[in-house]
Amino acid sequence: MSDTTATHDDNGHDHHIVSVKAYGMVISALFFLMFLTVFMAFVDLGSLNPFIALAIAVSKAVLIVLIFMNVWFSTRLTQIFVAGGFFWLLILFGMIIIDFVSRAMVTNPQAWE
Amino acid sequence: MHTIAEAQRSAVFPEVNYLSARHTVASWLFTVDHKRIAMLYLVTISIMFALGGSFAALIRLELLTPAGDLLDSDTYNKVFTLHGVIMIFFFLIPSVPATIGNFLIPLMIGCKDLAFPRINLLSYYLYLLGATFAIIVLVRGGVDTGWTFYTPYSSTYAQTEVFYATMAAFAAGFSSILTGLNFIVTIHKMRAPGMSWFRMPLFVWAHYATSLIQILGTPVVAITLVLLATERIWGVGIFNPNIGGDPVLFQHLFWFYSHPAVYVMILPGMGVISEVITCFSRKRIFGYTFVAFSSLAIAVIGFLVWGHHMYVSGQSVFAGIVFSFITFLVAVPSAIKVFNWTATLYKGEITFEAPMIYAFGFMGLFLVGGLTGILLGSMGADVHFHDTYFVVAHFHYVMVGGMVMAFMCGLHFWWPKMTGRMYNETLGQISGILVFVGFNLTFMPQFLVGYLGMPRRYHVYSEEWQMLNVMSTLGATILGLGYILPAIYFPWSLFKGAPAGDNPWDAKGLEWETTSPPPTFNFDEENMPVVTEEAYAYVIERNTLGAR
Repeated sequence: MSDTTATHDDNGHDHHIVSVKAYGMVISALFFLMFLTVFMAFVDLGSLNPFIALAIAVSKAVLIVLIFMNVWFSTRLTQIFVAGGFFWLLILFGMIIIDFVSRAMVTNPQAWE
Repeated sequence: MHTIAEAQRSAVFPEVNYLSARHTVASWLFTVDHKRIAMLYLVTISIMFALGGSFAALIRLELLTPAGDLLDSDTYNKVFTLHGVIMIFFFLIPSVPATIGNFLIPLMIGCKDLAFPRINLLSYYLYLLGATFAIIVLVRGGVDTGWTFYTPYSSTYAQTEVFYATMAAFAAGFSSILTGLNFIVTIHKMRAPGMSWFRMPLFVWAHYATSLIQILGTPVVAITLVLLATERIWGVGIFNPNIGGDPVLFQHLFWFYSHPAVYVMILPGMGVISEVITCFSRKRIFGYTFVAFSSLAIAVIGFLVWGHHMYVSGQSVFAGIVFSFITFLVAVPSAIKVFNWTATLYKGEITFEAPMIYAFGFMGLFLVGGLTGILLGSMGADVHFHDTYFVVAHFHYVMVGGMVMAFMCGLHFWWPKMTGRMYNETLGQISGILVFVGFNLTFMPQFLVGYLGMPRRYHVYSEEWQMLNVMSTLGATILGLGYILPAIYFPWSLFKGAPAGDNPWDAKGLEWETTSPPPTFNFDEENMPVVTEEAYAYVIERNTLGAR
């Protein structure tokens, strides 16, 4: 990211100030993605619908986390913690899905009768 | 060999300390001093513990006889729900972290306060807001869903104050998140010179692991409660199958937080035990690195086992097998801790002051709680035990036998540091023994009655189970007495207790190098601590051992 300025506080920590121009570009992108979400809601792509909707949503989230929440300019430690949060979300979704996709899988159906 | 009497002989109460810094009510209510906030928490959670305990007393009184002759069924549902909600969200989860942890972490790592003192105060007021919602639930007639707020009790068929009860848990959850956030940043950024990660007391490691769970898990339960409200208010199908939802999804989301929350409750307690065992056996901890990393392992693996609450709830058999296997894994780091504490005791110079009696009680009771958890974690056995008193006994052995024992242990150990006064040691020892005996008499019969098939959450039961229930109620009475004693001698010590001195137990750790009670900024500001030795650098005086 080139549109930033680095400053130092009393403790020697780096603080990046994102320029107004960069923020403007990001918010424009977010508005564009919002209109795209609405537009795609009226286009039926069959089984691709959820994938398209999720891809747009993830793009918005990435922009917000990296730029608005300053993670792109943060220390490696902060980035690890953020990545950890998403990894935990993956655990939550992944292990719930294990249940939902295997409910019909009964090893011995006679035992349930 | 050290004695308490020797350490106290020349003890004087310091004129400058955080308690005497200012005396106005506002100076307490708007304080940003972590020690004062810890004391605010201590008073509030003690009140909530008494409230939750009074509901437990009602439950045990009702269960004295097989007939439902004290409470009707609806009221009984509300009483056990409120007992659970108050004890879990308003006592167990904040108990050690918000009180003893809040007080000690900056002292133990050698800094002036937590990283975000105002956020610390905010977390207290969020807790207070949650507690207020809980009181509103009480006043408006209670809630009957069980502390788990399972759908459809809390959605389609909710008839009681579910909204306020979930708001109570929601607010308390955010309080917990903020505390965890504060601890993580403080531990990363504010350690004294020389205080490397592997010189930190294990109490701090345990709180670090706890904080990770708090910030990673608690938002999920908060969102789950929001989803519940969304379905109830706007009719969006999330958990109700009639409108496209799935009730088991609620249980997945709820337990994703609430099982790790068990480790939020027990991990800080394990941290307390590591401090106390070393002090009263005058030994270095056995296997410091293993104990430290076992805290992190419990925190991580604890996130992967939630499905063991749902073996008979419609979860797939395959998912059950996966969760059952991982559940067995989480026993490994827990066992590492117990083995290492035991090895620490070996050839130690063991003394039996009140905190040590509580620590021994913790080790025995947590062991029983943990081992019965293995039975419940295996899918086949759980079909028999599910929703019986066996489960009730198991989690009380972990939560009360483990966590409350550890909380009392820590409170007795650091009370002299927190208040600058000594309590009556003999009464402390008697209290520890009463709690241990009363606890076992209360909950051991519940294993038996549960194994025999008595379901939990019913107040009318078969006559053949009465004797075991009478034993349980008798035990609860002794247990109650064990808790009432400290409620008398701790406040008494504030006025009449002898000055404790800086280090009444001759213990290691930075918190013992400042005055008791400490000054507002913890240490002499001109002479902040520098760490030059490992944690628990105790040395046994060999001639004392030889004399034995």
